[in-house]
Amino acid sequence: MADDLLLSMQGIDKKFGGIPAVSSASLSIERGEVHALIGQNGAGKSTLIKVLTGYYKRDAGQVLFDGKPFEVTSPQQAQKSGISTIYQEINLVPLRSVTENICLGREQRRMGFLDWTAMHAEAERLLHRFKIDIDVRKPLGRLNTATQQMVAIARAIGFSAKLVIMDEPTSSLDEQEVSVLFGVIRQLKADGVSVVFVSHKLDELYEVCDRVTIMRDGRTVRSANMNEIKKLELVSSMLGRDVSRAEGHATAFAKRDRSKIGEVMFKANGLSAKPSVRDVSVDLRRGEIVGLAGLLGAGRTETARLIFAVDAPDGGEMELQNRPYRPRRPADAINAGLGFCTEDRKIEGIVADMTVAENIMLALLSRVSPHGVFDPAKQHELATNFIAKLGIKCSGPNQKVRELSGGNQQKVLLARWLAMNPKLLILDEPTRGIDVGAKGEIQRLIKSLADEGLGVLMISSELEEIVEGADRIFVLREGTLVAELQGDTATEDAVLAAMAHGTSPRTVEARV
Amino acid sequence: MRKIDFGGLLSTYGVVIALLALIAFGWLRYENFLGMFNIMSVLRYNSMFALVALGMCFVIMTGGIDLSVGTVAALGSVAAAYSSPYGPIAGLAAGVGVGTVVGLINAVMITRMHIMPFIATLASMLAASGTALLLANNRSVPVSYQSGFTDLGQGNFVGLPIPAIIAAIAYILGWVVLNYTATGRGVLAVGGSEESAKLMGLPADRIKALAYIASGGLAGLAGVILAAQFGAGQPIEGVGWELFAIASVVVGGTLLTGGVGSVGSTLAGVLLLGILFTVLNFENGLGWISLSAYWQSVIRGAFLLAVVILQARLVAGETSRT
Repeated sequence: MADDLLLSMQGIDKKFGGIPAVSSASLSIERGEVHALIGQNGAGKSTLIKVLTGYYKRDAGQVLFDGKPFEVTSPQQAQKSGISTIYQEINLVPLRSVTENICLGREQRRMGFLDWTAMHAEAERLLHRFKIDIDVRKPLGRLNTATQQMVAIARAIGFSAKLVIMDEPTSSLDEQEVSVLFGVIRQLKADGVSVVFVSHKLDELYEVCDRVTIMRDGRTVRSANMNEIKKLELVSSMLGRDVSRAEGHATAFAKRDRSKIGEVMFKANGLSAKPSVRDVSVDLRRGEIVGLAGLLGAGRTETARLIFAVDAPDGGEMELQNRPYRPRRPADAINAGLGFCTEDRKIEGIVADMTVAENIMLALLSRVSPHGVFDPAKQHELATNFIAKLGIKCSGPNQKVRELSGGNQQKVLLARWLAMNPKLLILDEPTRGIDVGAKGEIQRLIKSLADEGLGVLMISSELEEIVEGADRIFVLREGTLVAELQGDTATEDAVLAAMAHGTSPRTVEARV
Repeated sequence: MRKIDFGGLLSTYGVVIALLALIAFGWLRYENFLGMFNIMSVLRYNSMFALVALGMCFVIMTGGIDLSVGTVAALGSVAAAYSSPYGPIAGLAAGVGVGTVVGLINAVMITRMHIMPFIATLASMLAASGTALLLANNRSVPVSYQSGFTDLGQGNFVGLPIPAIIAAIAYILGWVVLNYTATGRGVLAVGGSEESAKLMGLPADRIKALAYIASGGLAGLAGVILAAQFGAGQPIEGVGWELFAIASVVVGGTLLTGGVGSVGSTLAGVLLLGILFTVLNFENGLGWISLSAYWQSVIRGAFLLAVVILQARLVAGETSRT
């Protein structure tokens, strides 16, 4: 059995400024196995992985890789020794071509100079394994997120790795792309390559992983075969709560009291921006959570961007509180009482080097700056209120947002919009990349905001979040509205069916 | 099937188009504009700027900036002038040597001490200027005319100005390094996203350090040519060269934020600005109007802005199509 061990980490300690991030953690990976590594944010998964790849130097412990002591001081060395990592945020260079992103670090040369023909061919060959056919000479940034993710994976695999570490690789993929990815993982496994798979999506683990190691508070609390551990046990080990409390933890959207839902406040008729959005009509009531479901590329975000006037529609009309609503730029939308929490908080939302207070007040500067003079005391006070109201875990308004966990960053972003006192809030993937505990908090928050009368348009790729959270669900497919489902009668199957085969609202509703 | 990306071509060659248009304008309007003498003197004079801009181009592609190039060139010219009696090789070694040392100091400050490139090279810009004035006792330092040193600036080889040949070789090397070596691609990757480049396993600090060292060395080389061309080490020359270099690089379509850039269009940028200067001189030569140096500055600024706007339009047009 010992011969089958590819990697063994024992008694790993890593402290940052005296505070342990990982303590006496162990992880064993067999050859050709897919091993899940799970835990809440801050449990130490990323630190453990970065210790392994040489990004951090461990304080104590032993690492054996391929039967030999493993001492690397940089991800570069780890990569050469056969450990490749795919990070959660796609860590590639958007301005450079696909080929460069795949081949940098192991360039092919002819007579000492880069051989572009060979490198383009290599990049195309690797991508064809994922059934992706793109112009590899184009800058990576022109591709959509899912394809960029596939490029990152192609890059890792191209390094003829023995161990591929995937840190939440599926968080930006839709279900179809996830299944392509799983196909690739199974193929890697068949080739004898081991995979460490970090994910918050528990269903995925059962689908693709052989074993699991659970981390909590910097320790590895449990390792088990995937088919011998129940989902509930997984969650309870992660949270350190007993099973009875973890029960029903799927989402925090307990069935809402719908009596508080008011009159129709927003209507969009025949909204179009071809080819991504065609003739989409949605409406939203006061205090209602409306879910926008669909596969990646179905036009959900694109529809939201039209409503928020980020992009200009080429057809359709909108109404807000029975008055025509024709915003020409996001500032008009904000003035009309809309808010939009974008999907990619790193890029479009959070300014990581600014403090919590500054981030919350970013859109509100005019309000804390009477007569154009900025009032730090007022900002501090408002920020303190929101920290308390949303339960943002931070040392205070002056902590840098960079230092907060993903869930708390998301709350800061929410606070920014709530500070504007919006009537309608668009949330694009509000719980993406956030651990189970923080997810529940965000979901409860969304619910209580709706209870207070806020209209919420929620885009989510997580079916259970849409089905349990939304009072009504609009399903988009290839830019067209294919179904409108009532929250209390909708099932995951019905939403899935509409996402997968829906053609027009009537046919689907007939089938459901 | 490879489709020809016309938008991409236009944005890359926007500066080349502007350059050709300017040359055509000069050719139609002025007698002798394309005369041998004028062409050779344009090439001879602008080769110094071309060298400085080449180094700047690499630094900017990493996402940095090198403000020290002008005064480093001045320092290089003084060092070269002092060693000129020992021949052209000694002069070259001295000038390029001091430039490389300053580049190395920049590299250490930026990659080891994590000082912002703007500040670090601002400091070395002042220090290099002071050192040049100290070494030269606040005067120009005459070079030796007997040792053959002045050929580096004034000589010809197969009918072409030697400084232009030096610059051409440097650009060919620069082009090969950028397009056909891992370090060159690393420069663009680091400029595109340093964090990603590090996580991809690229030696980001070493790549950045090399860019600053090359920039310093090339500035020193420009200083050697300066001394050889004007017969003296010039401690007070080089003021504003860094801005000329930055302008050439930017006009060439290289992003100031790093990650995108081209050696060839930087050269086109240098020639564009250099030839514009010549055009203005010819215009004065026609005798109808007299543009003072101040007006020339204004016109050059406006022209620069126009080209940058043209580039931005071309790029925008390209992205909207895809």
